[in-house]
Amino acid sequence: MKFDTPAGPNPIDRMKVVGQPHDRVDGPLKVTGTAPYAYERHAVAPGALYGFILGAAIAKGRIAAIDTRRADAAPGVKAVVSYLNAGPLGKGGKNTAKLLAGPEVDHYHQAVAIVVADTFEQARAAARLIDVDYVRGSGAFDLAAAAPTAPLTGGSSKEGSAAPKLDRVGDFESAFAAAPVTLDATYTTPDEAHAMMEPFATIAAWDGDRLTVWTSNQMINWAHEDLAKTLGFAPDKLRVDSPFIGGGFGGKLFLRADAVMAALGAKAAGRPVKVAMTRPMMFNNATHRPATIQRIRLGAERSGKLTAIAHEATSGDLPGGSPETATSQTKLLYAAPNRLIGQRLAVLDLPEGNAMRAPGEASGLMALEIAMDEMAEKLGLDPVEFRIVNDTQVDPEKPGRQFSQRQLVRCLREGAERFGWRARDAQPGRRRDGDTLIGLGVATAFRNNINMKSGARVRLGGDGVVTVETDMTDIGTGSYTVIAQTAAEMMGVGLDRVVVRLGDSDFPTSSGSGGQWGGNSSTSGVYAACVKLREAVAQRLGLDPAACDFADGEVRSGGRGVALTSAARDGELVADDTMTYGTLGKQYQQSTFGAHFVEVGVDAYTGEIRVRRMLAVCAAGRILNPKTARSQVIGAMTMGVGGALMEELVVDTRFGFFVNHDLAGYEVPVHADIPHQEVVFLDEADDKVSPMKAKGVGELGLCGVGAAVANAAYNATGVRIRDYPLTLDKHLDRLPEVGAMRRA
Amino acid sequence: MECTDGLHLSRRGVLAGGVASVAVAAAPAAEARLASAAPPAMMPVSLEVNGRHHDLRLDPRTTLLDTLRDHLQLTGTKKGCDHGQCGACTVIVNGHRINSCLSLAVQHDRDRITTIEGLGTPDRLHPMQAAFVRHDGFQCGYCTPGQICSAVAVLDEIKAGIPSHVSHDLATPMRPTNTELRERMSGNICRCGAYSNIAEAITEVAGAAA
Ligand code: FES
Ligand code: FES
Repeated sequence: MKFDTPAGPNPIDRMKVVGQPHDRVDGPLKVTGTAPYAYERHAVAPGALYGFILGAAIAKGRIAAIDTRRADAAPGVKAVVSYLNAGPLGKGGKNTAKLLAGPEVDHYHQAVAIVVADTFEQARAAARLIDVDYVRGSGAFDLAAAAPTAPLTGGSSKEGSAAPKLDRVGDFESAFAAAPVTLDATYTTPDEAHAMMEPFATIAAWDGDRLTVWTSNQMINWAHEDLAKTLGFAPDKLRVDSPFIGGGFGGKLFLRADAVMAALGAKAAGRPVKVAMTRPMMFNNATHRPATIQRIRLGAERSGKLTAIAHEATSGDLPGGSPETATSQTKLLYAAPNRLIGQRLAVLDLPEGNAMRAPGEASGLMALEIAMDEMAEKLGLDPVEFRIVNDTQVDPEKPGRQFSQRQLVRCLREGAERFGWRARDAQPGRRRDGDTLIGLGVATAFRNNINMKSGARVRLGGDGVVTVETDMTDIGTGSYTVIAQTAAEMMGVGLDRVVVRLGDSDFPTSSGSGGQWGGNSSTSGVYAACVKLREAVAQRLGLDPAACDFADGEVRSGGRGVALTSAARDGELVADDTMTYGTLGKQYQQSTFGAHFVEVGVDAYTGEIRVRRMLAVCAAGRILNPKTARSQVIGAMTMGVGGALMEELVVDTRFGFFVNHDLAGYEVPVHADIPHQEVVFLDEADDKVSPMKAKGVGELGLCGVGAAVANAAYNATGVRIRDYPLTLDKHLDRLPEVGAMRRA
Repeated sequence: MECTDGLHLSRRGVLAGGVASVAVAAAPAAEARLASAAPPAMMPVSLEVNGRHHDLRLDPRTTLLDTLRDHLQLTGTKKGCDHGQCGACTVIVNGHRINSCLSLAVQHDRDRITTIEGLGTPDRLHPMQAAFVRHDGFQCGYCTPGQICSAVAVLDEIKAGIPSHVSHDLATPMRPTNTELRERMSGNICRCGAYSNIAEAITEVAGAAA
């Protein structure tokens, strides 16, 4: 089915199942520990051996020699595989760095070898007995040092956001020079880690020349293509299966070393092998969100109307890599006739930079939305009003192009009302509660909507059960549940009559999970397959499909109702379809919007920042399940607090690696850091997007949160911090005098 | 400092790069001896897990976590870090919660262990498991068994009057306030960020139990 005209009325509009806050259908499995994640598939590969991966001890250079004799001779060892005996390997189309080093080493902790042994303890011990001689080369590891000479480079995040290398509208320089009120400030965001709770893990088993990997991957199709390409064999000999995924956030978008090394180890040992990457290896072995340096210039009339916007961002990546597209939202967010966007990319020899939840916008809004707060203050305007004054209903670069839907102003107004924004003192540093300075902050949330082609197969069994099969993944996003809701709504049955099977490359190819496209795209694919199944049912029952209503387990036509089950009495009915998209996404700018409100308390003595209240108001099309969608947003808000206050991969610029490469050193929010969170979804249905009339929320929830926290901290203290994370050392020496505060 | 060649590092460089040089330097004599030695002697250990008795012979290096996951195939208990940094491996041993990755199985001879599988099943959920489903106190589900085991133990700790860092008054009975719950649950990381919902789930169970 092709979606090329705006959706008319359809069965989803009934919203009897879709749009309801159903508990997750996979919930009982997850809370009882019976949902099998990749490393836990005992039944599929009984007697699997254990693999342990050794990572490179240098960031850049080459391996002069590997001596595995001591490891080979260690108890229980069945195989040791390095580049010396792995055979020729290709590189996945979506990988920047290859997944097995040798003889060149491209980054620290790049996989060097795998040891396969009878037990985990034996494999781990033997990995320490591999002697590797490295020749350390020189590399570039310091973004600040490389930035001044970094060339303009456009690019895509591979997850939906793109930035041109240089984009000009009007005459920015003249307008900025002429503007009565201007801001010119530079902001930095650090390298960040996905740090999903389930480590990269794979069980690999060969059957002759056929390979199956049970793994943890967000994009089955990409993993399938790239693993076949890496190993150099036909994709039809490979099966990838990933029904449960312990978090991804973009970290599991691509084929990773666990899958490649497990496959190589299993081949060498002639037996199935299971591998989980150790936590301390994940941070340097895999991808991360690259650090950025962002210069923002704003020029405005005294009324607050922006006349000039410039956003220039620099990030770094390995040779052949792509930029962190931090300027992407600035093309679309606020009106101004004169605009300049520039994206620079430095070559760095750190681990591979790549997509992490809301690549581009997450980092870009951390900077842009502080700049908007600073500018509002210069103009003497309320930050909510300043944003409203500069709203646009058309693409600012192409004024003939409308947004399919844009309710940013309503998000801001409704949020301000609910949050008690009026209580904010525009003069920072004046509200206090005992020894705590109190501040309120706001920021806009923005993330583009992306539609991806997505297929599904739907079966109606003789028992009346509707089974959906698609290689879509559920990474915590609620795919199982919203897909079940979609099939139930379309076929007119209860949620308990629907079975959803996901994550298997033998199923029809789906959108996968990334770029917040998964919910809308995958359910649209299921919608398409269900339309076909409805036709097959009607045909079997001798009815006109166009005149049939599917409800309450019945097919109704002309005042007559027939049990749906009767259509499959003589054999299962199966329908397969893929939803594809026409040009509506070009005709209309499709985006999601929101407003974040945050209250922080800053300890007047220590400078410690604590988040006290959070609210997000989101406008993101139809919400397929308010319960799971809300969870996506609060989870994103939590990650936003991490980005604002604590998350930073610390670079050793001498040796070229992330120093704090475990969960003790790389701090993420814990229970004590996160207060009760409120989320409001505006009632929307976007008919330009898909028959589901839905968009994504999972990344929107993160966009802007960091700036809302930073703006609240400024409102509390009067000290502006432009370098994330906002650790207390960055403002402690400039905080208001405690004595003065006491007297006041 | 410029470092272009591993053979010409200064002493300070070698020290600073200690982490980076682990594999380069990994040839101590002790390990070389171990390599040629016979497999380590196995040790017997008896565990009572979820009411069932197990007699095992284990490599003494095996953690309690790996014993549960790999030897007893109780994979409800998760490995998030293997370093005591995330709480995914939380189980209840003799009534107290621990990070099972941080202790060896042989330290637990004759101990009574409750894992997530011992609390409830999909058809017969423990009240805490049911509350997590109702409040959507999880997303990917990987931290969830650890969160639930911790939550059950936390309510017992509060009932037993065990103070925490945020307990202000030790003379009056402990209350499962939001602050107490969040403080006590902070060893269980949820990167999906379900904290707000988890706090509501625990509060509901605490209220019902009070
Ligand atoms: S696995 Fe034990 S604390 Fe992380
Ligand atoms: S539910 Fe995914 S880490 Fe907590």
